[in-house]
Amino acid sequence: MSGTFLGMPAFPTAAESAVADPQLRHNLRKATRTIRRTRRTVVGEVDDWAGLRAAGAAIKDRTLRHLDRHLERLEEAVTAAGGHVHWAADADEANAIVTGLVRATGESEVVKVKSMATQEIGLNEALAAAGITAYETDLAELIVQLGEDRPSHILVPAIHRNRAEIREIFLRTMADWGVPAPDDLTDDPRALAEAARRHLRDRFLTTRVAVSGANFAVAETGTLVVLESEGNGRMCLTLPETLISVVGIEKLVPTWQDLEVFLRLLPRSSTGERMNPYTSMWTGVAPGDGPREFHLVLLDNGRTDVLADEVGRQALRCIRCSACLNVCPVYERTGGHAYGSVYPGPIGAILTPQLRGTASEVDASLPYASSLCGACFEVCPVAIDIPEVLVHLRERVVEQGGRPGERAVMAAASWAFGDERRLGWAQRTAGGARSLVPRRLPLGPAVAWTDTRDLPEIPPEPFRDWWARREKEDGR
Amino acid sequence: MRIALFITCVNDTLFPRTGQAVVRLLERLGHEAVFPTEQTCCGQMHFNTGYRRDAQKLAVRFVRTFADHDVVLAPSGSCAAMIRDNYARLGRTGSRLERAAAEVAPRVLDLSELLVDVLGVTDVGAYFPHRVAYHPTCHGMRLLGLGDRPTRLLRAVRGLELVELADAEECCGFGGTFAVKNPDVSAAMGWDKARNVAATGAEVLCAVDNSCLMHIGGTLRRQRSGVRVMHLAEILASTEKEPAR
Repeated sequence: MSGTFLGMPAFPTAAESAVADPQLRHNLRKATRTIRRTRRTVVGEVDDWAGLRAAGAAIKDRTLRHLDRHLERLEEAVTAAGGHVHWAADADEANAIVTGLVRATGESEVVKVKSMATQEIGLNEALAAAGITAYETDLAELIVQLGEDRPSHILVPAIHRNRAEIREIFLRTMADWGVPAPDDLTDDPRALAEAARRHLRDRFLTTRVAVSGANFAVAETGTLVVLESEGNGRMCLTLPETLISVVGIEKLVPTWQDLEVFLRLLPRSSTGERMNPYTSMWTGVAPGDGPREFHLVLLDNGRTDVLADEVGRQALRCIRCSACLNVCPVYERTGGHAYGSVYPGPIGAILTPQLRGTASEVDASLPYASSLCGACFEVCPVAIDIPEVLVHLRERVVEQGGRPGERAVMAAASWAFGDERRLGWAQRTAGGARSLVPRRLPLGPAVAWTDTRDLPEIPPEPFRDWWARREKEDGR
Repeated sequence: MRIALFITCVNDTLFPRTGQAVVRLLERLGHEAVFPTEQTCCGQMHFNTGYRRDAQKLAVRFVRTFADHDVVLAPSGSCAAMIRDNYARLGRTGSRLERAAAEVAPRVLDLSELLVDVLGVTDVGAYFPHRVAYHPTCHGMRLLGLGDRPTRLLRAVRGLELVELADAEECCGFGGTFAVKNPDVSAAMGWDKARNVAATGAEVLCAVDNSCLMHIGGTLRRQRSGVRVMHLAEILASTEKEPAR
C-alpha cells in the first residue's frame, strides 16, 4: 500500500503518542461527535433504514459472488462508450499504467479528485518519482498535501487539524504550490475556503490531465460515479482533456437501479446529509463535452484474495462512508495515523491486514486495535460485521506463530479451565497469595494495567468453594 | 423454577459476591438455583484473542455441562453474548458442537432477561437507598439487546435514585485482552468513562458485567472518586434486613 505509511510502528506504540496529545484528542472528539450527531438525525428520518441497509448489503454480496461477470460487462460498456479499460493486478502495475498514460499526454501535472484507491497504491509518490506533480483538489486533501502530512480519516483526511493549524499551513506553503494565501488570512472557515478556492481555480483552468477514483461503477452502462460536497471533483472531471480513473474492482454495482440504494445510504452515513451536493457521472467520452480521452484502471491489489475468504470478504462491501470511524471509541482517541495505513479506524483494521497480509508487526497489530464494542457494526450502512472479521483475523495472526508470552498465558488458562479441579486449585493458590498482591505492580504484563487502574482484591473464597460449603452445611 | 447458574470464571474467582447475590435473590423469589460444578469458563478470552481451538474445547465443556438444563443464568453480559452469538460459529457446519450450541444458546440468559422475560418480575422487593448510575455495557446493549430491562429493574428498587450517565453507550475500554494489548487507549477510554461516572454524583455504578466494572472501578478508585461499583445482582439482592455491603 502507500509508501507514505511504510515503517510506521505497530498500533499500540503509535497510539501511545496520539493518546497523549490533548490537542489531537480535542480536535477528534469535537469533529467525530458533530458528524455522529448529524448522522443519527438524518438516518432516523428514513422510514426503513434497516431494510435499506439490508438491501445495500445484499446487492454488494450478490455482485461480489459474480464479480468476474460484472467486470467483463463493465469493460464492454466502457469500451463501447469510447473509453479504454486497463487491468492492474497490484499497486506497481496500476502506478505504471497511470504514469504511462500521463506521459503519453506530454503533460507533467495532474489534478486529482479525492480518491482512496490512488492513496492505497501510493500514486502521488509514484508520479513524483516519474517527474509528474499531482495536485490534490479536495479541500481536506489539499490541507494534508500542503502540510506534508498524512491523511487520518477516510472522508475528512485533515480531521486531526483545527482551523488555526490550517490557516498556518496555508500561509506557510500555498505560495510554493501556486496562488498564495492572502496575507490577512484569518481562521474563519469561510476565509480558509475562499483562499483554497482561489488557489485551486487557477489549477483547474490550466491542467489538462485529471486522475480520479470512483464511488461506484455501473456495469450495465459503464458509468462511473463520484459523490462529493465541494464541486472541486466535478471541475477535475469536466475541464481536463484526459481523465484517468483508478477504481477498485469491488466498486461495481450491476445496474442503475442498484445505485439508487447507495445514493441514499452513502450521504446519510458519511456526511450526515440527506443528499450530497454534487453527484458526477460519466460514461466513456462525449464529443464536445468533458474529457476527450477516458481511461479506467481496474485495480485488484489483493482484493481477489479478500474475496476468497468467506468471513473476510464482507469487507469488500465497504462504500468508504467512514461512519465506523466516527463512532469508534478507539479511533476517537488515537486518530487515523496510528493505524499505519490509508484506511484507518475499524474498517482499516480489517481491510488493511487483508490487503497487505498480517506478516509485519503493524499489520498483525491492527486486528487487535479494537475493544470489540460493536459500535462500528451497528452503524455500518452495508452491515459489515467488523467485530466478526477482527476476531477472524486475530486467528490468522495467532496461526502464524510468535508471541511466546501470550501463548504461555493462554495455554495456562486453557489448562486451568480444562477441568474444574484444576480451576479450583488455581483459585485457592491465588487466594492464598492474595495478601501478597499489591494494588500496583512493578513488573510483568499487568504493569500497564496498574499504571492507571487498581487491581481488584482477590477474595478469600471463590464462589465454588462457598457453594460447596453451603451445600454441606445444608446437609444436601 | 429450577435455574442453572453459569457463574463464569471471572465471577467465580474474583467476584463471588455476585454469584452469592444471584442465589439469594432467586431463592427469595421462590426459585431453586443449582450450580453444576463441572463448569469453568465460556472461552471468551481465548476466542476474542484468536485462540479458536482453545475456545472450542471450552465450548464443548460448556454445552456438555448445561445440556440438561432448561434455563441457564449467566450473570455476565459478555459471557452470555459469547455463548449466544459465537458458539454456533465455533463448530463446523453440521458438526455436533454446532448442533449442541444451537440448542443450548437460546437458553442462556442474562439476569435482567431471566427476571423480566421468564420470571415476569420487575419489582423484586429490593431495598437500596443510594444514588445509582447504570452503565449498559457493549455486550449487554448491542449483542444481547437488553434494552431498558436492567433500568426498569433498578427503578423498581425502593430507595434507589437512578441518575443519568453521559455517553452511557460508549465502551469503557476494557475489551478483555484489549486492556493489556492496547493499554494506553484502554486507559484513556476508562478515564473518560470514570469522569462521566463521577460527574453524575452517584454513589454506585451498576452494570451486568463485572469485567467492565473491574476496569471502571479500578480507574475510579485510582482517581479517588469515592464511587463504588456493583453488579446488578447485588443491588437486586439487597433488602432492609440484608443490605448489600
